[in-house]
Amino acid sequence: MSLLNKMEEYSQKVMDHFMNPRNVGVIENADGIGEVGNPVCGDIMKMYLKIKDNVITDVKFQTFGCGAAVATSSMATELILGKTLEEALEISNKTVAEALNGLPPIKMHCSNLAEQAIKSAIDDYKKKNESSK
Amino acid sequence: MKNIYLDHASTTAVKPEVLETMLPYFTEKYGNPSSIYSLGRENKKAIDNAREKVAKALNAQPKEIFFTSGGSESDNWAIKGFAFANEKNGKHIITTNIEHHAVLHTCKYLEKYGFEVTYVPVDNKGIVHVEDIEKAIRPDTILISVMFANNEIGTIQPIKEIGELAKAKEICFHTDAVQAIGNIPIDVNDMNIDMLSLSAHKFYGPKGVGVLYLRDGVRISPMIHGGAQERSKRASTENVAGIVGLGKAIELATTDMEKYNTKLMKLRDRAIKEILEKIPYSRLNGDEKNRLPGNVNISFEFIEGESILLMLDMKGICASSGSACTSGSLDPSHVLLAIGLPHEIAHGSLRITFGEENTDSDLDYLLETLPPIIEKLRAMSPLYESFKQNGRI
Repeated sequence: MSLLNKMEEYSQKVMDHFMNPRNVGVIENADGIGEVGNPVCGDIMKMYLKIKDNVITDVKFQTFGCGAAVATSSMATELILGKTLEEALEISNKTVAEALNGLPPIKMHCSNLAEQAIKSAIDDYKKKNESSK
Repeated sequence: MKNIYLDHASTTAVKPEVLETMLPYFTEKYGNPSSIYSLGRENKKAIDNAREKVAKALNAQPKEIFFTSGGSESDNWAIKGFAFANEKNGKHIITTNIEHHAVLHTCKYLEKYGFEVTYVPVDNKGIVHVEDIEKAIRPDTILISVMFANNEIGTIQPIKEIGELAKAKEICFHTDAVQAIGNIPIDVNDMNIDMLSLSAHKFYGPKGVGVLYLRDGVRISPMIHGGAQERSKRASTENVAGIVGLGKAIELATTDMEKYNTKLMKLRDRAIKEILEKIPYSRLNGDEKNRLPGNVNISFEFIEGESILLMLDMKGICASSGSACTSGSLDPSHVLLAIGLPHEIAHGSLRITFGEENTDSDLDYLLETLPPIIEKLRAMSPLYESFKQNGRI
């Protein structure tokens, strides 16, 4: 499966995750929160994690952005749920794009944002844990 | 599934009576208009007949009408052709910061050849002030180019006043009237317009054919060199079927204009009123009054335009947006930024443009479909969440 969708259109999987996004919402008292992007560029992803024994036990997201931004956020949450932090950190923008059966070339930056959101949320968790030790 | 087309500023369907006039020119009337036998001569006549129709619609002379491949070619030709033919008189051009890219990118290109361009800003309704144009005039100004009506926010510019100013200062005046034809009566003499661009597919004619009106006596260089077509100013064997279709389409558009406009304005005004009432944190972009009869452009805070379009598309509604994701760049529409919208609000814009086949029931369907879409996207938006918690972003 090519990483880039040759048709420059969204795959059915992207449309499915856009129209029916998984894990939308907020986790109160989240263990880690990551927010990446900015309104000027038209893309913001916010990811909330619940972590127990080094495993991601719950994840929710909120996204301001285009179809690809919503779909990559939704897919990213599915990919990391139940994973250890090490496994989650291995998820790259390519993993997310492949899981969605590819993205149009000009939308690849949205998958970068998903990767960064995961890393930023885990980073936040690690910082909070260090300071509470 | 329903298919409701609300994107007429983008393009329109060819009217059946227009198509009918075009069809014979693909098959039995295939002659080259430059040929001397009757199969060719008849087509030359058909082109001249279309030329007369365009001239009549603009109150111009037929010899001032030149057929092109569309609005972008007409804009390119007018601006580059005039600049290169008249550079000995000066190398300064005045335009606005809300022009179509066919004008803006042409001006940018000329800057590489030593021309200087002043991009006069518009006010927060999207209207350029004649005084600001006047202030920008220099001794070496050779050309003023201001669009008749804006394609995104529908604002109608004070073309007659700009024409008067240009005439008094003896500066050539070009207007991109691609969105205005069929919506606003145009008289090139009364309005002192020297060059005007138009495109058939915006008024129920075919794609790939347009016009440059060029006032008798205005000198421009050809852009397409070759044969003697269009009085040696624009080479290439004529798009006969397209030209015939354009002629028929402009005739219909100018005959039915008043009735058409009344119908569109009703839909427009109801759409604006009810969308703003039904959906909080939304604002109208552009001027309430000086506005194309079919144009609605509204920004919805906290959400992004492409998402709105995708969800509308799933419900069978075709519309457009000025968000970065729909413009193919990282910045939202230059027009929305020019009227002072912050980036995040420009990203959340929706443009609806009504046309011929739209009815009140199409609008009813839009009005019931749109609010839940906006609500669904806002529920997903971190900006809305933070607004609800803090009262601001």
